[in-house]
Amino acid sequence: MKSYVLRPLYVVIAFVCIILLARVFVVPKDFGIGERGFMYGWHRKGAEDFWRNFKVKYQTREYCEGCHAQKYETIMASPHAIIQCENCHGPAVDHPVKPEKLTIDRRRDLCLRCHAYLPYPTSGRRVIPPINNDEHYPDTECVQCHNPHSPGF
Amino acid sequence: MISRRDFIRLSLLAGAGAGLGVGTVRAQETAGPRSRWVFLVDTMKCVGCGLCVKACKLENEVPYDLPVTRTWVERYVITGEGQISVDGKGRSVEAGTVFADTPMGARDGYKQNVFHNYTELGSNVVVPPDMIAKSFFVPKLCNQCDKPPCVQVCPVGATFKTADGVVLVDRTWCIGCGYCIMACPYGVRFFHPVYRVAEKCTWCYHRIVKGMKPACVMACPFEARRFGEANKPDDPVAQVVETDRVAVLKPEFGTRPLVYYLGLDENVR
Repeated sequence: MKSYVLRPLYVVIAFVCIILLARVFVVPKDFGIGERGFMYGWHRKGAEDFWRNFKVKYQTREYCEGCHAQKYETIMASPHAIIQCENCHGPAVDHPVKPEKLTIDRRRDLCLRCHAYLPYPTSGRRVIPPINNDEHYPDTECVQCHNPHSPGF
Repeated sequence: MISRRDFIRLSLLAGAGAGLGVGTVRAQETAGPRSRWVFLVDTMKCVGCGLCVKACKLENEVPYDLPVTRTWVERYVITGEGQISVDGKGRSVEAGTVFADTPMGARDGYKQNVFHNYTELGSNVVVPPDMIAKSFFVPKLCNQCDKPPCVQVCPVGATFKTADGVVLVDRTWCIGCGYCIMACPYGVRFFHPVYRVAEKCTWCYHRIVKGMKPACVMACPFEARRFGEANKPDDPVAQVVETDRVAVLKPEFGTRPLVYYLGLDENVR
């Protein structure tokens, strides 16, 4: 065969070889098709561990009960038993250590999330005792009169 | 020289042997206890308090004050025929007009019967109580589709589906091209402003592998969001999905979502 035919062919072969060689170094060792096959499972196995080891912030009320048993009892006996402690007190993370103290959200806004009156009878709002935000002691914090751990009077 | 009869017999045997081999390999892959999680959203119970969105943002380190979120709650108000108020002025609408919004993903909940800066009308829309035909809230999150389009389009293998059915993004491998953000029919994916990669709901993978509930499920006081395991017959959520009238979002896309809805309205998109 003529050399002007072969020369570009050599260039192409060299190019392919370089790509294949580079692939060995660039593609991580744990790359594989995983359990879900090539279409859905082609990934780095290490990425699964990254998400598995992500930090948990919300520790749930059972975690709070360990030290604040009395508070836990009070709220569990009230209609607010359905609300997790951390919804108002903020995520515990590693609480007694870091943060040492949780910041309690005492704003009226927090209560209004559920208790502001909305004329939506076909939504879940129908089951909640509502207040008219403009008429029911506006600009006052709800906690001045109501105890969120046992609401009502 | 091999006869034709022998050749056919041998090739049939070889084919059967290969088929058997593949079969046993498949069986080994699927053997062993694997969780298959399932998510149930009861739209009849949602009150639109947005505590789920708040919990999700704090749990998953999604920038709190930016308009990005992994999960959100939509509000729908469907009118009767008559007058609504647009910036304080009356405007007549047809019966069945749909108003839907989700300001900041409903991070702070819904406190007023006002659609602030409504996109299509560019102003504040108020539907008077006697004009409301239907009104409800719909929480949305990643459907962890069994056939996820977002995974198929990834050019670098940065997003994938784990064996237990959760779609994850590899933050170190994602190049931020945004194909997956466009491919998702549910608009669940977004660009993470800090890590500069595609971001999505993981059903709190770090919590569910430890036997905990996802943060939004834990935060919901009304059990509007529920979480269970599909392959446990006595799981209450699996039983609801099995026996009750559940629906999925956009079934016509063929994505086979794993988030099931109770009380889904035809106006929910």
